[in-house]
Amino acid sequence: MNSPGVSKFWLLLALTTGAYALFLLAMLAATATYSSPHDLLKALQSREIQHSIQLSLLTCSITAALSLLIAVPAGFLLARSHFPGKLWLEAVLDIPIVLPPMVIGLCLLILFQTAAGRLIERAIPLTYTISGVVLAQLVIGAAYAIRTMRGTFDHISERPENVAMTLGASRARAVWLVTLPSARRGIFAAASVAWARSLGEFGPILVFAGATRMKTEVLPTTVWLELSVGNLEAAVAVSLLMVAFAMLVLVAVRKAGERV
Amino acid sequence: MIRFEDISWRSATFQLEGVNLDVPQGCYGVLMGPTGCGKTTLAEILCGLRSPSAGRVFCANTEITHLPPGRRGIGYVPQDGALFPTMSVQENLAFALRLQGLPQAERAKAVAPLAEQLGISHLLQRMPEHLSGGERQRVALGRALASRPAALVLDEPLSALDEPTRDALILILRDIQRNLRLTMLHITHHKHEAASLAQRLFRFENGLLTESPLPQ
Repeated sequence: MNSPGVSKFWLLLALTTGAYALFLLAMLAATATYSSPHDLLKALQSREIQHSIQLSLLTCSITAALSLLIAVPAGFLLARSHFPGKLWLEAVLDIPIVLPPMVIGLCLLILFQTAAGRLIERAIPLTYTISGVVLAQLVIGAAYAIRTMRGTFDHISERPENVAMTLGASRARAVWLVTLPSARRGIFAAASVAWARSLGEFGPILVFAGATRMKTEVLPTTVWLELSVGNLEAAVAVSLLMVAFAMLVLVAVRKAGERV
Repeated sequence: MIRFEDISWRSATFQLEGVNLDVPQGCYGVLMGPTGCGKTTLAEILCGLRSPSAGRVFCANTEITHLPPGRRGIGYVPQDGALFPTMSVQENLAFALRLQGLPQAERAKAVAPLAEQLGISHLLQRMPEHLSGGERQRVALGRALASRPAALVLDEPLSALDEPTRDALILILRDIQRNLRLTMLHITHHKHEAASLAQRLFRFENGLLTESPLPQ
């Protein structure tokens, strides 16, 4: 970094990154100036918004945990095995990333109107329920978590796992004792990605779980509901709350991920 | 003993055909060959990490072709040691004993003499990332020996080490083989290693494995 050529190189990288970060901060600062501490306090005191905050935190955390249950095995399968149709499977698993979120909500709604879907609904009611909020978040959160876990396992050598097997471990035990502890940072990253995606999810929740106040209302739906009744101050206050939550959780998870 | 009988193995880009090899009981066999000739594939077939498309594999007079890796009685030391990165040296050494269900105190007692023999007693609490190349290979060797294998497969275990470290490890390997009367298959492309260790020398070239006279 000492020679002039290298310095210019790093300066260019810093300028590009800095300019983008500055743009994001300007966007947030402008939004913040639109609100006042009074608006924020008023929003926080609203029972509906309190419920929406609690529901958001609860559903995002459940979704992050459920996403890992899908992403860890799926990521391992994609990273470590070769089989016919793998490309197609990868494409299918990426569908939630590519499709417009509203379409995902619509697909969920239609799926649970079919005979099989209705059968599932008898055991676990999903449409227009809190479980539906989690499912809508999970469809998208898990897709991002799978990508993260696949990348993680791609970068972990298979050799220690193989050695563990020669020492008497089954494949599953070798993965559990050797590979998963090595993947712990990736697991943290996958959980945080799923959590963050879920916090911002709006389209599929609106279509599949609805936006019923004090029932299936999460923070993004609160913003939409407040905007739709012309209460811009409350919408901005809730948006700022979401930014604060997202920043806090992402920084905390990254810090925790560095320590493990 | 270690024996391959007409081993074949195929992938989309590589194949082995009719490979035969015989390392007698208690003998130090060295397998030499250029990079990419299939030496590691053979080691993995022996350890049960790959299944041959044809042929049979024997260890200690027992056919092991279809046995899972952990029931073959073969200790495996790969090129980079492949230590378990989230476990201390002691935990690495005691891994096989942990799988056997031995309590922690007994595991620690069991690996202590092994650590002393390998000169790594002072490293027991260290994590693999804080070990030098030579130390890593000693730990990998100790981890394989702790499972009391009938045979040991070493896949280029000294190739990434400097000369003094390599010479020190050659002495250790020779001692271990003599004291434990283990059957060893050591894969390398270094003539010096082969000359120092081999009691039987095999060369693998152009898909053909042949036994060679020992270098003088």
